[in-house]
Amino acid sequence: MSAEKIVGTGRGNRFLRVVLYAVLILFALYYLLPLYVMVVNSVKPLDEIRQGDMLSLPQIFTLEPWAKAWSSAQIGVQPTGLRPYFFNSILMVVPAVAISTILGALNGYVLTKWRFRGDDVVFGLILLSCFIPFQIALIPAARILGMLGLAGTTTGLVLIHVVYGLGFTTLFFRNYYAAFPTELVRAAQIDGARFFQIFRRILLPSSAPIIVVTVIWQFTNIWNDFLFGVSFGDFDSLPMTVALNNLVSSSGGVKEYNVHFAGAILAALPTLIVYIVSGRYFVRGLMAGAVKG
Amino acid sequence: MSRNRLQDLIPRLVLSPSLALILIFVYAFILYTLYLSMTDSRMLPSYGFVGFENYEKLWNLRHWWRALGNLAIFGSLYIVICSVLGLFLAILLDQKIRGEGFLRPIYLYPMALSFIVTGTAWKWFLDPGIGLESTMHQWGWTGFEFAWIKDRNLAIYTVVIAAVWQSSGFVMAMFLAGLRGVDGEIIKAAQMDGASNVTIYRRIIIPMMRPVFLSAFVVLAHLAIKSYDLVVALTGGGPGQATELPATFMYSYTFTRNQMGIGASSAIIMLVMIFSIIIPYLYSELRPGRQR
Repeated sequence: MSAEKIVGTGRGNRFLRVVLYAVLILFALYYLLPLYVMVVNSVKPLDEIRQGDMLSLPQIFTLEPWAKAWSSAQIGVQPTGLRPYFFNSILMVVPAVAISTILGALNGYVLTKWRFRGDDVVFGLILLSCFIPFQIALIPAARILGMLGLAGTTTGLVLIHVVYGLGFTTLFFRNYYAAFPTELVRAAQIDGARFFQIFRRILLPSSAPIIVVTVIWQFTNIWNDFLFGVSFGDFDSLPMTVALNNLVSSSGGVKEYNVHFAGAILAALPTLIVYIVSGRYFVRGLMAGAVKG
Repeated sequence: MSRNRLQDLIPRLVLSPSLALILIFVYAFILYTLYLSMTDSRMLPSYGFVGFENYEKLWNLRHWWRALGNLAIFGSLYIVICSVLGLFLAILLDQKIRGEGFLRPIYLYPMALSFIVTGTAWKWFLDPGIGLESTMHQWGWTGFEFAWIKDRNLAIYTVVIAAVWQSSGFVMAMFLAGLRGVDGEIIKAAQMDGASNVTIYRRIIIPMMRPVFLSAFVVLAHLAIKSYDLVVALTGGGPGQATELPATFMYSYTFTRNQMGIGASSAIIMLVMIFSIIIPYLYSELRPGRQR
């Protein structure tokens, strides 16, 4: 809606505009505050934090907390820093995102261009899986992973993330392909093109926007997952979120707030970078999932 | 089988692995957990059938009631504050703001962060020993007190603070998209009739946001019921059981207190709560005639 129609441009409104900007900037500060606190305190020596002012800039600048968080802080029983867990997360996220996105694309393609009797029911069942509380799956999933010999492995976590991501990826591609002209698909069929040919030559080339959306969505969700990681991971597969929580909530010894903040930023960095680089798509993806249903 | 018959089957063959995975990992798992909730499982699943005994025990536990009470406080405040704040910010941002492209990502970035990171940041910022309170003392305001996170009666509100910070920007984006979809002609007509700006928002625009309110409610409600990581990172459920939620209750009964039957029954209650919100919503969204 064009807003000038709502807030006029007269002189009496100049005051209102100032208030408006002040409020908007105030909220921007509120949203930035925790990030600011994390960054500023991650480069201070511990004494400076303890002396009590979390909002001031560092008097002594040090990258020691970052080095410690990355490579030598105590995580659980081992002084490994967050590094091994960072790579656990990468090894888990990349295949999980790739597989769930490919399956989602194919599902969306079938559900919109190769409709069959009962496809609505199938879609409903897949869609509903987006919303289940994962607590319902924890006990049986632990059993199944055990039976498959995947307990505590990255492969097991990949499987879990693929399954519980399918609902969203299918939803995204289905909504996107629903708007794609079906006549093009029918014409190609008449010309003798087959299922995968049509997908590869006709739908895939125009799918870039929805692929970006889906990859960002899946990447963020899987990277940020804690519940599955803590339930099904062990040293060789624990993801970054679990390691960070172990670092921060370890009860023994001195609380190294600066190391905690540095670790938190390290854990946030990948999704933050993805968001900064392609935030517009990120939002669009959320809208596609949330508003369109 | 002829090639054509095979071609006809391919779409369903392509769909079937996903469907099979979901049937097993979602629906069979639900049935399995439902069954476990009626057994005498403790540390490991066991199959002695006990009927509704676990549910009776569950509803007699003060711990569970505490978790539900907390969910009621947390969920309602989280939903209401996120919606009001989201709508408020969206309306402000929709006033031809210079620098909107700069402000919007600032409001939105928290949702890219995990609840563990969010919890860590707020945990220390709200900690009276080193965070806001001590900073205010340092600045000379020595009477300033803010120790909610250590207070049994107030700690749950710190979970609200952190969760609202994380999610309200997303709700803002939903409302902004809604506002951008409003037909300018309607506004013009109302202005011709002499309606004031406040009236136009109150009587015309905000009522038109009904579907967005509904979507936001559904998204936020199911996030609230599922909330787990934020509480773990922020307060660990404490002090005492002050910030325990159904999700943390389920985890501790199942995996640390060796009461798997009760844990399973609490998971079933969570599922019922979520489905009673989601299924009517999906039904109304997907019913034939509304489909694109």
